[in-house]
Amino acid sequence: MSREIKLNTPLQEEDVLNLRTGDKVLLSGHLYTIRDAAHKRLLQDLDQGVEAPFNMQGAVIYYAGPTPAPPGRVIGSAGPTTSSRMDVYTPRMHALGIKATIGKGRRNDEVKSALQEQKAVYLGATGGAGALLSRCITGSRVLAYEELGTEAIRELEVQDFPLLVVNDAYGGELYVTVRQ
Amino acid sequence: MRSIDAREVTRQVSQMVVEANMILPGDVSSALEKALKNENNPSGREILGQLLENARLAGEMNLPLCQDTGLAVFFVEMGQECRLRGDLYQAINDGVAQGYDQGYLRKSVCDPLTRKNTGDNTPASIHLDLVPGDRLKIRFMPKGGGSENMSALAMLTPSQGLEGVKKFVLQRVAMAGPNPCPPGIIGVGIGGSFDQAPLLAKKALFRSLDDIHQDQQVRDLEAELFESVNSLGIGPMGMGGKTTCLGVKIGTAPCHIASLPVAVNIQCHAARHKEVSL
Repeated sequence: MSREIKLNTPLQEEDVLNLRTGDKVLLSGHLYTIRDAAHKRLLQDLDQGVEAPFNMQGAVIYYAGPTPAPPGRVIGSAGPTTSSRMDVYTPRMHALGIKATIGKGRRNDEVKSALQEQKAVYLGATGGAGALLSRCITGSRVLAYEELGTEAIRELEVQDFPLLVVNDAYGGELYVTVRQ
Repeated sequence: MRSIDAREVTRQVSQMVVEANMILPGDVSSALEKALKNENNPSGREILGQLLENARLAGEMNLPLCQDTGLAVFFVEMGQECRLRGDLYQAINDGVAQGYDQGYLRKSVCDPLTRKNTGDNTPASIHLDLVPGDRLKIRFMPKGGGSENMSALAMLTPSQGLEGVKKFVLQRVAMAGPNPCPPGIIGVGIGGSFDQAPLLAKKALFRSLDDIHQDQQVRDLEAELFESVNSLGIGPMGMGGKTTCLGVKIGTAPCHIASLPVAVNIQCHAARHKEVSL
């Protein structure tokens, strides 16, 4: 039977070390949405000495590009995108203090090693359940790169956001691996 | 000769793009319900339950089923005895721009080189066929990027034959694993030329899950691949189980004696599509 663990952001090292592959997590606090274009921009800006638009220590990144908020809602549909496209940036993000990333699908070996070295986790949200997940989002504001539209960096306020630990800090992996 | 105003096309398209993104087609929700009844894996079952709940909520909250409201793909059949007053491509693109704006859908189209977003989800991908009759049939599918990225084309040789086709399809689905949001639909195009095979695969995704292929050999191949894909054990969102796809749909076309093109176009579980006939 998998455990259900409630956590708040920012994550502490002991929060991460307590998690194991297969655990359910209900996460509350802040998530930062960053996809392909914003990763590239953010890391370029950091190289040039520009300050990050949020405190990266213990922060949680959500790979997502929500639909626009209809009147009366804080956000539209907001499920995860495929994480593997961000693999190229992820080890550096963890070295900068990010304690968890949220997305869907597999990560590469470099990311899995980074999780062990930097004591971080990769969490899965249900892909294609954007309407369901939007109910756990209570606030949203653009922090940077507004011109990127849906790819801007947003700070989301979440309450009991439902996640599964896919890759833990000990080399565990949740997804079924098919050997052909 | 029957005549249709381009403005009517724009109006219909602007409505259909919004509805398609918010309402899961009946054949897909029935297939998900059936899968939930048959699935034994607890994690897989939980995901299937969430997907059905998500579909219910999307309709209730007037929100898109998925935040990836796709690249707008159209297959248009225009009757030879139907005359359009205005520009068909412009009319469809205007409908997409209006619908994606007014329906609060995501704008997910950008220049391939500069990566700059076009801002209104145009241009749409429009395939036009000229057919007998005087109707204008428009079929729409918002195609998500995650599943599209897991799609592929192989130029097999005749010696690889049917076994090579099966092997390629299974390899692609296995390699894709959890990434394309299973359980979806596996569209397969066999034959034709380098450009035709992927189009056959994409067109196959428009067939209803209940649709039975007229050709016995294709029907058998669909059934066999359906069984083998679901034996891979990937399961809903890669969590394990026997529900890796809801259907395999195949389209074929004659090919060159030297070639055997095979294309696999993977569709996620949010298999949205809609059709109007004017």
